[in-house]
Amino acid sequence: MKVGLFVTCLVDMVRPNIGFATLKLLEDAGCEVVVPAAQTCCGQPGYNSGARAISQQLARKVLAEFKDCDFVVAPSGSCSGQVKVHYVEDLFHDAPDLGEFKKLAAKWFELSDFLINVLKVDNLPGEYAGTVTYHDSCSGLRELGIKSQPRALLAKTGCELAEMNDAEKCCGFGGTFSIKLGEISTRMAENKCVNIAASGAGAIVGGDLGCLLNIEGRLRRNGDDRTKVYHFAEVAAGMVGAGGETGGKMVGK
Amino acid sequence: MFFKQTASVKLNDPVLQNALKRAKGKFVDGRALGVAQIDNWEDIRTYAAEMRDRVIANLDAYLIEFEKNATRRGAVVHWAETAEEANAIIAGIALKNNVKAVTKSKSMVSEEVALNDALEAVGVTVLETDLGEYILQLAKEPPSHIVAPAVHKTKEDVAELFVAAHHKPRLTDIAAMTREAREELRGRFLAADMGISGANFIIAETGTTLTVTNEGNADLVTTIPRIHCVITGVEKVIPTLEDFATLIRLLPRSAIGQSIANYLTLTTGVKAPDETDGPEQMHIVLVDAGRTKLVGSDMKEMLRCIRCGACMNHCPVYQNVGGHAYGWVYPGPMGSVLTPTYVGIENAGDLPNAATFCGECQVVCPVKIPLPDLMRKWRERQFDRHLRPIGERLAIGAWSFVVARPALYAFATRIGVRIAAWIGGRSGQIHWLPGIDGWTKGRDMPAPQGSTFRDLYARRRKAA
Repeated sequence: MKVGLFVTCLVDMVRPNIGFATLKLLEDAGCEVVVPAAQTCCGQPGYNSGARAISQQLARKVLAEFKDCDFVVAPSGSCSGQVKVHYVEDLFHDAPDLGEFKKLAAKWFELSDFLINVLKVDNLPGEYAGTVTYHDSCSGLRELGIKSQPRALLAKTGCELAEMNDAEKCCGFGGTFSIKLGEISTRMAENKCVNIAASGAGAIVGGDLGCLLNIEGRLRRNGDDRTKVYHFAEVAAGMVGAGGETGGKMVGK
Repeated sequence: MFFKQTASVKLNDPVLQNALKRAKGKFVDGRALGVAQIDNWEDIRTYAAEMRDRVIANLDAYLIEFEKNATRRGAVVHWAETAEEANAIIAGIALKNNVKAVTKSKSMVSEEVALNDALEAVGVTVLETDLGEYILQLAKEPPSHIVAPAVHKTKEDVAELFVAAHHKPRLTDIAAMTREAREELRGRFLAADMGISGANFIIAETGTTLTVTNEGNADLVTTIPRIHCVITGVEKVIPTLEDFATLIRLLPRSAIGQSIANYLTLTTGVKAPDETDGPEQMHIVLVDAGRTKLVGSDMKEMLRCIRCGACMNHCPVYQNVGGHAYGWVYPGPMGSVLTPTYVGIENAGDLPNAATFCGECQVVCPVKIPLPDLMRKWRERQFDRHLRPIGERLAIGAWSFVVARPALYAFATRIGVRIAAWIGGRSGQIHWLPGIDGWTKGRDMPAPQGSTFRDLYARRRKAA
């Protein structure tokens, strides 16, 4: 089974550790993973900024790069929603090659969904002894129904899940929104931090790096250096120490 | 439009923030409970969305049917293409009939066209009788919410307003305050020459206009004065009474979790010869004011809206800044779509951007309006017409140029993440960065690890 890894541009640039954790999870589960070298971005930033033509161009690039894969997996609900929902329902809904995009959408999975519902993994490489709380990122939750899958993965690592209030509430990231309307975005992140603190968890775990950067940025600005911030892939792969939480540390050196 | 600036003030207003927190609990939890009472909620939503689409696609036919049936019951139907026309028609009715005092039940369309100002300009006294609207009339403020107009006001704010207006001792008990307002209003209900109401729906098959309230004030406004005038948007028409039975399952539940509102006021025509109550004249002013521009357009779904307010109640942006920040009559996601259609996108540029596209509005909308998609369509128009700030356009352009060229992307990100990691230093956090100070003013930016995944992966493959 040939599985294409869509790294996502944010993971590529900011936290490669999540990419390697994803790779480990897939390979440990027996997948033959390919990482198309020319991949960059799914086009969502341009799409949500109104740059429709450009986002269509990038979507075609993604389509071409993963054409030969049986499955495509991305450690992001947001990029996956872009491919599975917005390519099909909006960007190419009246295009002659809509069928190709439908095929891409059908074989494309968000990582936790793929591990739980397709691979039906039992054992994970990672063990985690602490208490964590989970933030449901909006696109994954509302566009793809990602809710129980990451929690099921976390449960397999042995960690304790302490649900926070408003776990499904947007953290305020919203891509360019976080910069364009920074003050409102910051308030939303602050609300999230208050709920994280109240949960008593030692780590906040999520499935989308954009949200995690937003939440981590607010935690650190508030002087909270204690609460860990992880992608569930890092926890599930047992790679939380290996350069997670950014920290300027180099991985793979 | 100064959304960003106003929002900043609102974020730092502790009284408003408290009011918003209270309201959020009430609306969000209330709706969840109300919806849970119905086991086929999704089916009803689907039916309602399809029914509204059918109406909008055949708007002319349903409106003509409505006019025919309303006229048969003695009402006069007026057509107003613009806000000015709507005001002129109603002011004309008032002048012709020597109207001095008007009582009004809640109407967002009247806010939209600024009807009260137009009537007061010709010497007519207008009294808002919805408690929230009454409070705002005393405060000389516009509504901040389409269902709960005074939701931004505290009990204490209202106490001050009542002391100033009623000249009675200051009350703080809500029930007692409501009683005082009721006593103030009762005499004026009886003395009014004309009642003006909005309409939640108008029903084609019967010529009925329909108002949903919790206070019963619409009953008094529509039946006591000798003239009843309805002002509403052309898109409010629905085919049958049975369709109303469907929509009423959705509307109050979506608004605040009520299984049904306290009062459903259905008004059909004038007082018949054998009836004791009701107006001698009934005028129905159907307002276009830009609505029909949306028919057949790529934003036609917006015309499904039944004005329940669920989108704003659940919107994380609205929840933090309140309705006044949106600068015009309609706040929240539905306002971010509608306002640019009325005032022009060049005058409301921030609004379609005031969303994270979290999707909650779309999920709770009882008629399934794809609000994020519609906001995105506005962003597309802004992008195509070069209406966003130059910096933003350049950034999107540069990003798009780079990501479309893998070799350039690999090179640029290799350098970029190295520099950013260096700026992050030992803390691993970037505290300030020009160009993204919208982010770094309130948050650190976690620094990259220092190498891109692609470089590390290539290195690993080589080593293997």
